[in-house]
Amino acid sequence: MENRSIIQRASFLWQGLDPTLGIILLCLVVVGNITFLSASSGTVVTWMEQARNLLTAILIMWVTSRIPIKWLEKISLWVYLIGVSLLIAVAVFGLIKKGARRWLNIGITIQPSEIMKIAMPMMLAWYFQKRDGMIQLKDFGVAFCLLVLPTFLIARQPDLGTAILVLAAGFYVILFAGFPWKFVLPFVVIALIGVVFVLFFGDTICAKGVQWPLLQSYQQHRICTLLDPSSDPLGKGFHTLQSMIAIGSGGFLGKGWMKGTQTHLEFIPEKHTDFIFAVYSEEFGLFGNIVLLILFFALIQRGLQIAAAAPNLYSRLLGGSVTLIFFTYAFVNMAMVSGILPVVGVPLPFISYGGTALTTLGFGVGILMSINRGKRLVQT
Amino acid sequence: MVTHQDSFSSLEKYQSRIQTALWFVMVCLLILFFRFFWLQVVKHTKYSTASESNRIAIITTPSQRGLIIDRNGIVIARNFPSYSLEITPAGSTMPLEQLVDSLSSVLKISTKDRQNFFRSLQGAKKTESIAIRNFLNDEEVARFMSRRYAYPGVEIQVRYFREYPYQELGAHLLGYTGRVSQKDREKLLAELEESPDDLSSDELRPFKIKGIQHVGKIGLEQSYEKDLRGTLGFSEVEITAGGRVVRNLSSSAPIPGSNLSLAIDIKLQHLMEQLYAKRRGAAVVIEVATGDILSFVSMPTYNPNAFIDGIDADLWKKLNDSLEKPLFNRALRGTYPPGSTFKPFMALAALEGKFRTPEQGISDPGFFKLGSTTFRDDAVNGHGFVNMRQSITVSCDTYYYKLANDMGINAISSFMKDLSFGQLTGIDINGEVKGILPSKEWKKAYYSDPKIQKWNDGDTISIGIGQGYNSYTILQLAQATAIVANRGIVMKPHLVKMIEDPITHQKTLTVPSETTRLNIKKENLDVITEGMIGVNISGTGRVPFAGVRYPVAGKTGTAQVFSLGGKQYNASAISEFKRDHALYIAFAPADKPKYALALVVENAGFGATAAAPIARQTLDYLMLNQWPQGVPAWKTAP
Repeated sequence: MENRSIIQRASFLWQGLDPTLGIILLCLVVVGNITFLSASSGTVVTWMEQARNLLTAILIMWVTSRIPIKWLEKISLWVYLIGVSLLIAVAVFGLIKKGARRWLNIGITIQPSEIMKIAMPMMLAWYFQKRDGMIQLKDFGVAFCLLVLPTFLIARQPDLGTAILVLAAGFYVILFAGFPWKFVLPFVVIALIGVVFVLFFGDTICAKGVQWPLLQSYQQHRICTLLDPSSDPLGKGFHTLQSMIAIGSGGFLGKGWMKGTQTHLEFIPEKHTDFIFAVYSEEFGLFGNIVLLILFFALIQRGLQIAAAAPNLYSRLLGGSVTLIFFTYAFVNMAMVSGILPVVGVPLPFISYGGTALTTLGFGVGILMSINRGKRLVQT
Repeated sequence: MVTHQDSFSSLEKYQSRIQTALWFVMVCLLILFFRFFWLQVVKHTKYSTASESNRIAIITTPSQRGLIIDRNGIVIARNFPSYSLEITPAGSTMPLEQLVDSLSSVLKISTKDRQNFFRSLQGAKKTESIAIRNFLNDEEVARFMSRRYAYPGVEIQVRYFREYPYQELGAHLLGYTGRVSQKDREKLLAELEESPDDLSSDELRPFKIKGIQHVGKIGLEQSYEKDLRGTLGFSEVEITAGGRVVRNLSSSAPIPGSNLSLAIDIKLQHLMEQLYAKRRGAAVVIEVATGDILSFVSMPTYNPNAFIDGIDADLWKKLNDSLEKPLFNRALRGTYPPGSTFKPFMALAALEGKFRTPEQGISDPGFFKLGSTTFRDDAVNGHGFVNMRQSITVSCDTYYYKLANDMGINAISSFMKDLSFGQLTGIDINGEVKGILPSKEWKKAYYSDPKIQKWNDGDTISIGIGQGYNSYTILQLAQATAIVANRGIVMKPHLVKMIEDPITHQKTLTVPSETTRLNIKKENLDVITEGMIGVNISGTGRVPFAGVRYPVAGKTGTAQVFSLGGKQYNASAISEFKRDHALYIAFAPADKPKYALALVVENAGFGATAAAPIARQTLDYLMLNQWPQGVPAWKTAP
């Protein structure tokens, strides 16, 4: 039959693409686009631009999924080295926009820290793969060194959001590689103490003129406004306050699509990018949020499943880390919009508008698909 | 070595970590779920109320436009407060069309008001307050206030509008402001893009354009727009569902625009406009030492107040279609043949170029013949023997026909160029035109037909008496006169003398020093000055300048509008708009010049009878502070 042969010939297009992952992503993209239509009203951004970004991301995903994971493994070191060199270049002669030195002009303007989100886990997974079967404690030391340098470079740009994501990506690899819990525990304890300290002594340490060690003053400011949004109702506190009002006023079923007053009266800042979740939440309510949480959980569950079934250490580590990065994006974003984390520039994956983030995400999904393909090839 | 060193990366361990990760993810997502439950179910009522009643909006506060003040401190452009009826779409409970219909039963709302409102509405935020009616009187305010409860989202606001207290006076130099058009908006946007100095306020960017309601459209209002405009103020306010401001969260105050301190003497301007009465024409008076333009007259004029909130279509049509062209800035953009006022400059060119000595004369038969063409003198039988001084005093055409022929067009145009004829003077108001300084190159470029392109010797002859292709602005003629009066020092003519910072009150001079210095010999200047003094004693200006109490140099001119083809001129026989233009140039005091002027009265006939009297009365005022009888006295507006 003519038709069948065409379908058969075209089948290479989706061969090896994981249908479960595909359907979950499709649902997320549909939700994202519906929300975008509401969130973008009154802005200059058009749906066509978002569609163009999505198509680019899908193309990147597809191309990446065709690349055997072995190849990725081979180029890992180089990608990492290029990434670090670019970060150093940024530190030396990067472009300054809005007070941050994050961009590099190489004919087009690029943001090298974005590359590190994937390059970091690739590098560490590559390193552990090299040491597979003979990993010792000192290898974790090496891995931490590889992790700290780029994170430091990104954090001093300053770009706390990306630094956290890169740090997390690398840290996930290290954990999956078997870093002993007993060494993790102290960090968890310190972090908990820090949170408790900030919560109880917020008033004192946020008093005027107090400068914290390690953090930039604007980062300190964000943490303080999180503790008490009304202390800065027009700055970052205004953003959080307004997005909390949007979420809370959504109720159980939401105000209905296109009917969010917070959204359409333009009280939500960055409403089609980082704060798009507030728009969604206001219009679709707790019910919508549960759907979204389930979708993200399904995505992560499937991603971890793929990683767990991967044939070698490199793809196991990379797959696990990439999946948890999706989670980190989603969690940090929703937590920040709903007012339990300070405001950092992290988009909601597959939903927020923005070409760069979507490209990185497309690449990540492509890696998972490629790992999944590799597994099948091994099995058959 | 049997014990595997790497106990870290065993598959079982990895699997267990994956499980842990999944649990971790689940816990985090549960935290989010509880957070959402807390906000959306437990605290729903609180946030619901907050979203209903607490709305924060950015409101722009227009900056006060800078004042325009004459050289003696008289305010000639200012701002006045007025009540406007404004609608905040977010606060309205009924559809806007219906709301406007309903409001028009309370107040008069014209179709134009309605159009303007709906035009402003496009692309505006729902929390923006948009005017539906301006200039409410007290009765209208009271009438609305008594029904205000029925119209949520409708408010009365005090807004400032531009006002020109002296109405038509100086309209052409002041110009006017008007509502921002689409074109203006694009210009403002481009201007904003060019100034990267304020990176901090990306969020305020769109408001920076939207907040600007009125811009200068023409005249000084347009040319000094950036100085006059000032900086918008912003305030972030909480508004209720009804669009009413509950409280101010923060605001940056608007910074008023700079005041312009003009070189213009508005009393003099008034006097001269009165002297023109219903006649058409242009006049420019320059203070020679500084380049200050004391008076910049273009008649007839118009009332700029009609434009500030959009001129109505009928009035616009009337002004635009009028044969008298009241909207045309004659002093800046009108070009005229200078007629005989060109002769002193020709004489100076001849002396500087060594084509003539002062004493060298001709015997004037009343005409000049070039080949078969006869060029006539005004005096049919000629002026007899005339030297250079006399040629100026009696305005002998034959002397200049012959001189132009001897000099040739190249020598004439290269000298006249330095005196700013046919050049932009660089005056600080947009729209200046060049006019035509005739030259071989000009003619070649101007005409496309190769037969006409070539310069003929005959073309040069009428150039000598300021006719032919000569075509200059009155500003250029005044500037040339000022250069001669200032002994060759060129000062850039300017209307604005100082820009005053509204906060520090610091004043910045616009044109501090001389522009260039022409190399002209003093004795040559003396010769033509003497000739021009003679004009007002025994020459063509003797009647209007009879009994003058200060030394004054002048020159009359009569410029043909209509070619007579060698026939005698008969004013009554040709229609008014084809009659000759009357011109006059002068500077005084002749021995130590302070003021230079040039003026034209369109289609008024002889320069001596129509133009010179205006110059006399102007100079009497400047030199002696003498106000002519019959001219309404100056009254400072309240």
